Amino acid sequence: MTSPDRAASSDGGSTPGSPAGERPIDEEPSTTVDARGARCPMPVIMIARAAASLPGGSLVTVLATDPAARHDVPAWARMRGHTVVDDGLAPARPDEVRITVRLSTDD
Amino acid sequence: MTHATPAPRVFLDAAGHAPVHPQARAALLAAVEQGWADPRRLHAEGRRARMLLDGARESIAAHLGTRPAELRFAGTHVTALHTAVRGVTRGRRRVGRDVVASTVERAALLHAARFATADGDAPGTTALIPVDRTGRVAPDRFIARLREGGVALAALQHANGEVGSLQPVAEVHAAARENDIPLLVDAGSSVGHVPVDDAWDLLAADAGDWGAPVGLGLLAVRPRVRWAPDWPEDDDPWFPGGVSVPVVLAAAVALDLARSDLAAEDAHRRALVARIRAEVPTRVPDVQIVGADDERLPHVVTFSCLYVDGEALVTELDRAGFAVGSGSACTSSALEPSHVLAAMGVLTHGNVRITVPRGTDAADVERFLDVLPTAVATVRSALGVEGL
Repeated sequence: MTSPDRAASSDGGSTPGSPAGERPIDEEPSTTVDARGARCPMPVIMIARAAASLPGGSLVTVLATDPAARHDVPAWARMRGHTVVDDGLAPARPDEVRITVRLSTDD
Repeated sequence: MTHATPAPRVFLDAAGHAPVHPQARAALLAAVEQGWADPRRLHAEGRRARMLLDGARESIAAHLGTRPAELRFAGTHVTALHTAVRGVTRGRRRVGRDVVASTVERAALLHAARFATADGDAPGTTALIPVDRTGRVAPDRFIARLREGGVALAALQHANGEVGSLQPVAEVHAAARENDIPLLVDAGSSVGHVPVDDAWDLLAADAGDWGAPVGLGLLAVRPRVRWAPDWPEDDDPWFPGGVSVPVVLAAAVALDLARSDLAAEDAHRRALVARIRAEVPTRVPDVQIVGADDERLPHVVTFSCLYVDGEALVTELDRAGFAVGSGSACTSSALEPSHVLAAMGVLTHGNVRITVPRGTDAADVERFLDVLPTAVATVRSALGVEGL
């Protein structure tokens, strides 16, 4: 389980192969997918749709309220070779998850 | 619309509710005739019921590797788990207040642990030990927590009924004994399917899982286990009110039958499960097969399909004649997905859980494999996810 204070930090994980190198992910542009209110499996489908239109190496962040998204977005990322760089609860809203994924460059 | 004979239903969701064996059904009806009286009465009718109950108890106890006096009957498996946790945590509250359990225990056990440890003036904690991606608990971490002290009860399932993975029960039990901590082993998904050895202090089992009529949970308790009820006293101190004699008799008959061909059914169902585990990923794109590859129950197989609403898939398969389970919570009243899949870090949506009943025809499994790709494609196309 994640702790609530992790979401705001920038050290939520390594970013291997990142074109941004050492740059903290907070400063890098990230496409945000708002899946709040959508039921599973829609949050995963929405981030997958966004990922399909972005180049490898991009950051995508999904916001979701469905409890399954917390587990399913990282599982999807693993299946697709993407890297979760930040997974956590939104600091202001404990019932919300905010997960950032760096897309694989292997396509 | 069609003039073809509809295909017969194929039931692949036997967890806790296996099809009732015809001989168990016959035993139930006979026992209603013979054993309807109160077994606590002294008259001939009561004594007859008592005789049937005692005989059934001896038979089940022998299969479970326990003494008849150590075996208690509960109304349901859930009640057996609740009572075990409540009784032992209360009985040992001077020794410890905490419950240590894996993250993938049955929900009833986790709920009981939270309930029992939240109780009273000096509440304890429920320490949940994580599992790996296959659903197996890390024995080292479990044992390390036992050694920290303050533990009233440890609980580890024999095998996980949702994904089939066996747990390192013998190793954990040895450490629990060293630390004088009783280990509750939930064998609800194992008894009647695989041998369960004597590495336990309390053993819970579920008669409905081995082909008995539903309505019987079992709890075996070693005499050394200290416990105290936090409920009113009764002739049956563990499960007040006693039990249905006919249901116990039918459960004993069903367990006899299950044990008599355990090895043959193990080989048969293991082959069917291996076939499903091998074929599904070749026939359906983006599928995750879940659970341990080898150290597993013979009759449980679980997989998750990416971009699929699990409950829509269950409905689609039902329409095609196949009854399966699911750990997904999409669109249903259940808000949380399976805590087991979540703890394993695998996909929780698009989940299909198959529990193969004894004697399942291999041809029915082949038909399932033929139907599945279309069912998944139908659900996916409704969500417009092609090419993602």
